[in-house]
Amino acid sequence: MEAFNLTWIDYSIMIIYFAFVLGIGWALKKYMKNATDFLEAGRSLPAWVTGLAFISANLGALEVIGMAASGAKYGMATVHFYWIGAIPAMIFLAIFMMPFYYGSKARSVPEYLKLRFDEKTRGFNAFTFAIMTIFASGISMYALALLMETLLGWNFHMSLFISAFIVLVYTYLGGLSSAIYNEVLQFFLIVIGFLPLVIIGLIKVGGWDGMVGKLALNPATSGFDHSWSNISPEHPMGGWIGIFFGLGFVLSFGYWCTNFLVVQRAMAAGSMSDARKTPLIGAFPKMFIPFLVIIPGMIAIALLNSGDPLFDLPVKGAGYDYDLVIPMMLKRFLPTGVLGLGLTALMASFMSGMAGNVTAFNTVFTYDIYQSYLVPGKSDKHYLRVGQLTTVFGVLVSILTAYVAALFNNIMDFLQLIFAFINAPLFAAFLMGMFTKRTTGHGAFWGLLTGTFSAALVHGFTQPAGAESLVKGGWTGTVLQTFPSEMAQNFWIAIIAFSVALVATIVISLATKRTKTDEQLKGLVYQLTPKTIDDSKHWYQRPGALAWAVGIIAVILTVIFW
Amino acid sequence: MGLDIKIPIGFMFVVFGLILTVFGIVTLGDEMYELSLGKNINLYSGLGMLVFGAFMLIISDLKFGKRIDETLGIDEEDLTKEAKKELEN
Repeated sequence: MEAFNLTWIDYSIMIIYFAFVLGIGWALKKYMKNATDFLEAGRSLPAWVTGLAFISANLGALEVIGMAASGAKYGMATVHFYWIGAIPAMIFLAIFMMPFYYGSKARSVPEYLKLRFDEKTRGFNAFTFAIMTIFASGISMYALALLMETLLGWNFHMSLFISAFIVLVYTYLGGLSSAIYNEVLQFFLIVIGFLPLVIIGLIKVGGWDGMVGKLALNPATSGFDHSWSNISPEHPMGGWIGIFFGLGFVLSFGYWCTNFLVVQRAMAAGSMSDARKTPLIGAFPKMFIPFLVIIPGMIAIALLNSGDPLFDLPVKGAGYDYDLVIPMMLKRFLPTGVLGLGLTALMASFMSGMAGNVTAFNTVFTYDIYQSYLVPGKSDKHYLRVGQLTTVFGVLVSILTAYVAALFNNIMDFLQLIFAFINAPLFAAFLMGMFTKRTTGHGAFWGLLTGTFSAALVHGFTQPAGAESLVKGGWTGTVLQTFPSEMAQNFWIAIIAFSVALVATIVISLATKRTKTDEQLKGLVYQLTPKTIDDSKHWYQRPGALAWAVGIIAVILTVIFW
Repeated sequence: MGLDIKIPIGFMFVVFGLILTVFGIVTLGDEMYELSLGKNINLYSGLGMLVFGAFMLIISDLKFGKRIDETLGIDEEDLTKEAKKELEN
């Protein structure tokens, strides 16, 4: 592929962006007085900041590149990741779960598990989460460096080290606050950087109607403008049960409600009211992100269908290399100047993903591993220092994992698979733990393990269509069920793992004795916690009102694009 | 945390806006705009970012310079929460 032609103006935009990112870290350095400042942003940030950071931490490269690729592969059906996936989960987190996270004295999700259940449940969650975040950060770095090498002809190692260095400097200087503030900056940059692409692209294909007409030229892509009406068990996303329960319920609730990477942003808010509003404020832009990331993928396919001489998508295997949709669209429509802005936005999305993982790793490592198991009972200053050094350590290990990713592609697939197995049962443990006081530590822990094991088992007996390696499933040698795609397979694995974990947690809890008294569970379990009364001045500022507004808009959008 | 993030966001987009606006004017009618369907997308994006950046600065704690000294940094820490609230009102 021919490299992009960048000029001095594109490079100046990149350099100015890096200067601002580092400057924000530097400006925050003087506020880092204790471990709470560094690892929890002093629990003092306004809701709009944490709200935008909440979605920006997730608006990493995976989302921008991956959702555009999915838009090109499946069309508007991709919005299920948003309107049925993220949004209901974000509402649930805000209304029902945030009071326990923020109201308890927990400083992290694993620590909540320790308070609610026991040490082993916390340990399990802390270690798996720490490994997962480090690998996710490494994957981000690897993907960024690879993209820069392909698009701009930059040296792979140089790109890797420069991006790691920038993330290291600003998270080392300002900790979680620096990551969050930069995520807000990155959020605006990503939106503003990609907007010209969407607008020009839509003009080119003749607006929404023109795009739909061009998509209809190919029978395989003709239903791309609808999200639900084409869904059948043969659809690559699977049937509506898989989408509704697997994606919408288990996977999305598991991710948005229990993943410390995003929950940490809400926990950094200055008050209970702000913490609960964080996911809801994030939900408003989140609902419209599909138009920014999915539409470019659909425009790309419309252009391929109608034959645009200036646009081409490289081929990979039997199909297109869909991950290159965004870069090829940038190349097709943006001249030097805005091209630099678009590429900077792309880099920003990688960096926010990296920094989000690094800061979440910091907090969990320092509080839940170092302070709990390695060196307890030291001064606050000591843990602040450890937090800072963990940043360096975390980034160095990320670089290492980036090289592991470069060497063994299958190892990354394998690890992501294991983590996917852990996530669905985790939500079952939370649901039972937060809403029934009878759930015990043994119940939660063994429920988690049973659920994870059953996920691995289902994976062993099923396969997506056209699977080539055992990482995709069927490792037992017996394939009982073939799914239309990997996605559909994942949705069903999640449903089964969650159900097994739920049943196991209930049965084992009933068979074991409670170790925590009602008094100890106050603030951690629904029935034992006084109802949160919101003190916002006006009714429309209250989390409940915001939640209704978010829900209604999501329903309207779903109906429009049915 | 005493940093008002609207200030760096505002400044960054004003700088980006200025660069792209000036570049857009200099390259009026350049053939590279064939890519963007003949539209001077640098100029439009630049103007848009200028407006956005300026808006961020206007609603920021800078309040047109009145609190510049504070943002640049020394006394914010000494302010108690009550004092901060009073300032905001």
